[in-house]
Amino acid sequence: MLRVHNLSAGYGSLHVLRRLSLHVKPGEIVTIIGANGAGKSTLLRTITGLLRASSGEVLFKGEDIQRIPPEQVVFRGCSLVPEGRQVFAAMPVRENLLLGAYVQHKRGKRDEVAHDLDRVFGLFPVLRQREHQLAGTLSGGEQQMLAIGRALMARPTLIMLDEPSMGLAPLIVKDIFHIIAKIRDEGCTVLLVEQNARSALKIANRGYVLETGRIILEGDAGDLLANREIQRAYLGKDLDGENK
Amino acid sequence: MFWQQESECMDRKELEQLQLERLESTLNRVYLNVPFYLKKFDEMGFNPDDLSSLDDLGKLPFTAKSDLRENYPYGLFAFPLREVVRVHASSGTTGVSTVVGYTRNDIKTWSNLVGRVLTAGGVTADDVVQISFNYGLFTGAFGLHYGAERVGASVIPMSSGNTKRQIKIMQDFKTTALVSTPSYAMLIADTIREMNIDPNSLSLKWGLFGAEPWSDSMRRELEQKLMIKATDNYGLSEVMGPGVAGECLHQNGLHISEDHFLVEVIDPETLQPVKLGEVGEMVITTLTKEAFPMIRYRTRDLTRLMPETCPCGRTLRRMSRVMGRTDDMLIIRGVNVFPSQIEAVLFDVEGTEPHYQIVIDRKGALDDATVLVEASEKIFFDEMKKQKELIDTIKKRMASELGIAVEVKLVEKKTIERFEGKAKRVIDNRKL
Repeated sequence: MLRVHNLSAGYGSLHVLRRLSLHVKPGEIVTIIGANGAGKSTLLRTITGLLRASSGEVLFKGEDIQRIPPEQVVFRGCSLVPEGRQVFAAMPVRENLLLGAYVQHKRGKRDEVAHDLDRVFGLFPVLRQREHQLAGTLSGGEQQMLAIGRALMARPTLIMLDEPSMGLAPLIVKDIFHIIAKIRDEGCTVLLVEQNARSALKIANRGYVLETGRIILEGDAGDLLANREIQRAYLGKDLDGENK
Repeated sequence: MFWQQESECMDRKELEQLQLERLESTLNRVYLNVPFYLKKFDEMGFNPDDLSSLDDLGKLPFTAKSDLRENYPYGLFAFPLREVVRVHASSGTTGVSTVVGYTRNDIKTWSNLVGRVLTAGGVTADDVVQISFNYGLFTGAFGLHYGAERVGASVIPMSSGNTKRQIKIMQDFKTTALVSTPSYAMLIADTIREMNIDPNSLSLKWGLFGAEPWSDSMRRELEQKLMIKATDNYGLSEVMGPGVAGECLHQNGLHISEDHFLVEVIDPETLQPVKLGEVGEMVITTLTKEAFPMIRYRTRDLTRLMPETCPCGRTLRRMSRVMGRTDDMLIIRGVNVFPSQIEAVLFDVEGTEPHYQIVIDRKGALDDATVLVEASEKIFFDEMKKQKELIDTIKKRMASELGIAVEVKLVEKKTIERFEGKAKRVIDNRKL
């Protein structure tokens, strides 16, 4: 579904991503874990075309999406849920969601929008309750749900999430990840970038470990979770204090 | 039958993507964690960030057996020892032994890759697998052992030696699959015959043989004597152990687990890649090893890649049986000769037993090769004329097969040493 080949990118003379390759197969949740500053957000920004790559290619369903404008990337079925949600605070929840349906209008599928809205409300019942509230009055967790819901309104085949757990209470994080797994189970492929490695690996099929712009380990999510070096570096486990 | 069908039958384009990803992360890891590679890459002016495709592999330095020795014991480990759950080592008969390690994940991967080999060779959860490799530092026994358990077979950790007891266990435990070196399987087969046991009375179905080069003629002989289907498998401890490649039941080359090993074939003299399908030295880069990654390891094993598709459905490319080792290759009067070629001739001639030894001397300036071969009892008690005919036949066949003349000597049965592990076929008395 998504194939990233030898991708390098950065800001001016600052190289952030260094010849990085990864792939996402249909129906998978693939997670990219790494510390702050490893290049996770840069990677998503480059994949979606918000940032130009200095080399390499990003193939979405076989087409290099580096060469097309970001709105066309969404039109082709690849949506991004940005870091920090970025919902329109001064607009009601419903309007925020309908904005996400913009490409459905362009696709001439206007009549499906009502059904999609229902589906999003099904996934996030709290958004239905808050349908007419301004997005700015929602809690952090609700805003994250809104951001995901807005992305889903574009009927993506691949949804990419940038740190959906950021700044949220552990209980809310659990909810969000539960819903991400559900989105995958309903047939949408997921690329999940996370600092919360444990939660991400728990729902993911496969994972990549990003360190200073390079992938240093990849594999089945279960294997990565069990990897003690990863536990030490990313899961905050104090293994030396553990009973052996 | 497949063990990991999705991986074994992967689309080649997908496979190449996976190989590139894994190569990148392996290079990043060794550059970060193994001072040896950091130094070597820097010396060659290579930075992992420069890798732009699988074709760039050629820019990387080779790793040789001597590098392992110089970094004895743990110098090439890429993970701290606390994450290493197993250590194996080579025998060290030719010098300092070489040490390799495995993380928990490595053991899991290894078991699965051996599972692929066993499954391809016919073994299922219903089989009783007798492992007649020597248990110890050598990777053969434990590799096959964990793989067979992974597949769900019943494993008999027999180890090698005590051949009569092996056969008793085989009878009593109803062993269905024998795992050993081909030469030891031959000794078992001969002992079965001497003990007047009907091979039909055994439950054996499969033979999975490896750890030394052998020939197709030897395969046929083992299959007839033991009433089995015999497959070849390949591995070496430096990159993992058994499980690198294995034959399917089509018995036509060994499928390489290319999603875990990147294989090149080079000319051992020029170090340049040979044309696809030509014979050369195999060079292996590990793609998923954690504790002990290997970059472009020179195996010294001679083989060729077989790019044609296999009817079994696996898309993993095959390698031909190993034809010999670059250091086993005998240069007799300037001609390259492999013990396996000599073996192939002997197996095709009636009246000889499958036990032989090659003795090389230098007489004056000339190399002199003598093949000692055991004659069957019938021939030995026959008149001299028959013996001479047999010698002449072998000589003629050797001359046409090898391109040089060799002496042939018939010896009595059981005068050539038997081996329970890897056989020693060549005695080189030349002082070169």
